Amino acid sequence: MSKTFRIPDHRVDSLKERVLHPLRRVHFRELCSLRDVTFDVHKGEFFGIVGRNGSGKSTLLKIMASIYRPDAGRVRLAGRLAPFIELGVGFNPELTSRENVALNGVLMGLSRQEARRKLDAVLDFAELREFADMKLKNFSSGMMVRLAFAVMVQADADVMLIDEVLAVGDASFAQRCLDVFADMQRRGRTIVLVTHDMPTVQRFCDRALLIHDSEVQYIGDAEETALRYYRINFGGDPDQVHQPGTLPDVSARVLDVWLEDGHGRRIQNIQQGERFSFHCLIEARRALRNPIFSFQFLDSGGAEIFGFSKTLGSDPEAEEVLPPGERVLVGGEIENRLLPGRYYIDAWVVRNRTAGDLALHAMRLLEFTLYGTQQGPGSIQLNDNIQAVVLGPETAP
Amino acid sequence: MSSVGLQMPEGADAPDDDRLELRDVTGPSALGGGWRRSWDLLYLIATTEFKRTYFGTVLGYLWSLGRPLLLFGVLLAVFTQAFHLQNGVQHYPVLLLMNIVLFGFFQESTTAAVPSIVAQESIVRKTQFPRLVIPVAVVLTSLFNLVLNLVVTFAFIAAFGISPRWSWLLIIVTIVLLLVLSTAVSMILSSLYPRFRDLGIIWSVSATALFYGTPVLYALERVSPTMRHIVSLNPLAPILELARRWVIDPHAPTPAALAGGTVRMLVPIGIYVIVCVAAVVIFRREAPRIAEAL
Repeated sequence: MSKTFRIPDHRVDSLKERVLHPLRRVHFRELCSLRDVTFDVHKGEFFGIVGRNGSGKSTLLKIMASIYRPDAGRVRLAGRLAPFIELGVGFNPELTSRENVALNGVLMGLSRQEARRKLDAVLDFAELREFADMKLKNFSSGMMVRLAFAVMVQADADVMLIDEVLAVGDASFAQRCLDVFADMQRRGRTIVLVTHDMPTVQRFCDRALLIHDSEVQYIGDAEETALRYYRINFGGDPDQVHQPGTLPDVSARVLDVWLEDGHGRRIQNIQQGERFSFHCLIEARRALRNPIFSFQFLDSGGAEIFGFSKTLGSDPEAEEVLPPGERVLVGGEIENRLLPGRYYIDAWVVRNRTAGDLALHAMRLLEFTLYGTQQGPGSIQLNDNIQAVVLGPETAP
Repeated sequence: MSSVGLQMPEGADAPDDDRLELRDVTGPSALGGGWRRSWDLLYLIATTEFKRTYFGTVLGYLWSLGRPLLLFGVLLAVFTQAFHLQNGVQHYPVLLLMNIVLFGFFQESTTAAVPSIVAQESIVRKTQFPRLVIPVAVVLTSLFNLVLNLVVTFAFIAAFGISPRWSWLLIIVTIVLLLVLSTAVSMILSSLYPRFRDLGIIWSVSATALFYGTPVLYALERVSPTMRHIVSLNPLAPILELARRWVIDPHAPTPAALAGGTVRMLVPIGIYVIVCVAAVVIFRREAPRIAEAL
């Protein structure tokens, strides 16, 4: 499928100009947005489309959503499709939320009866039932976003096309969106998500498509797509990815990660001073030579508190190869000197004991709360033997 | 040439009862998404717009009725006192009122339709939306207005001493003829407006010119034969003349007589048909690309 936009150098925007300059040729710059893009999305799949700004990913989504017409090629679809290019499209501030929900439901492809039936569900989901008859112009922006999102969730089409709707709203809203998407997927919906947030792709997408300069760079494994995206953004020439010599030995996957208390029970949060251990199960998806598994604890402000890197054996010089499919459990007890607060754990894996040679890009594994009563400045309490002693006047120690 | 498919998996892991068929996505069009969906959207948009105008404020309807009535009052004063257009025309005041209401519908709906698609930019660019619904919803909203105005007009006509006749029901034919023409003109203007932004000004002047080129203020039999024949080419002229015969004065001359022969009637009928065909052709051509021109 291809799509070319003709961008006129000099836009003829009025009849007057047409009449005054009937013979003037309009010079167009051809802007090719998509070149021979071909892919399949299977039923029930969470499919990511990633790429830099201007790479053509939104154009692709709009073609799939019947907003633009492709210049060549075709799109085929099974079932009902609902596009979400932006939250709250078509909301009319002069109408009540009830009327807006009905209108938007139909806009999202429901029939009038279905939209009416789902009205209550939408208002409940948005927690805006008591504002059903309030005009939208009196809504706060937060309420508006909630309503828009509720409409989208209730539209419940077979195929959902989503374009960075997560960009609006705060972190907790974005998290809620993602949870809802994951839930939709469990119910057999097909989701196509356009984004440049790689952690989202790594966490949710079954497969992903990387678009670069209007062309498909890569289709397949989400982890790999994310890695290539990072390479395009930070690693210079993307074509190098295809050269066999530089093909990275990528793809380790985190299968599970958890915390345990002193009795071996899995815990979500940790009590101050309580013993705890950290465990992470990683699978090598390709052979990993001399891998290093690195972990880092961060506080809520993103500052690094401490970290550790582990090789497979105890001898850091020994040659180690982890065959594909092999799993590694990294874990053990950690001395708990943390002060109360919110903490995050990030992880990454490199191969060949070379810092930049990433097999698993840095990703957020876990977050937990450390609770307790002994608040303090900073994040860590160290043992000390400091005392305050009264010496009396004019006495030197 | 290649394709994008949103497919069923090859395996049989999907339950058979919700097997869905792959079909081509045709892309944006005048009625994208099917008749059913277009109708639902049209209905919702037109009724909410109507409700907003009339139930939002107590004075809502009075305002929209006030406009033609005020215009009527001014025109009636000027043209009966200064120009004596009422001479020889039966029931001139109510004829004038009815003409203003009927022509007002055409003018109001087409003028409002010109920027309608551009005004709905976010819907057009961000959802799958049947393009045709937008101008038609504008016309439909004006139609509600027309029906209400006609009720008032008929009250005036009855109060004026014209007794009700069966032929009054033929006003429905007038409404349908006007509705089709307004819709066609609205389709042409709204679909071309994204590319030619001066259409707004051009059309507002043209509509005013058309107001004088249509027998609204005057009865066509009272003007010079040359003028009469020219005005008769306007497809709006016979529509208003027929309404006059059906509702106000059954003895008024027929459109054919005013045009100077039945054969000459082919011109306004021809224009009417051409406008309608052109509307369909132009709209179908423009619809797929409107989102890009915005």
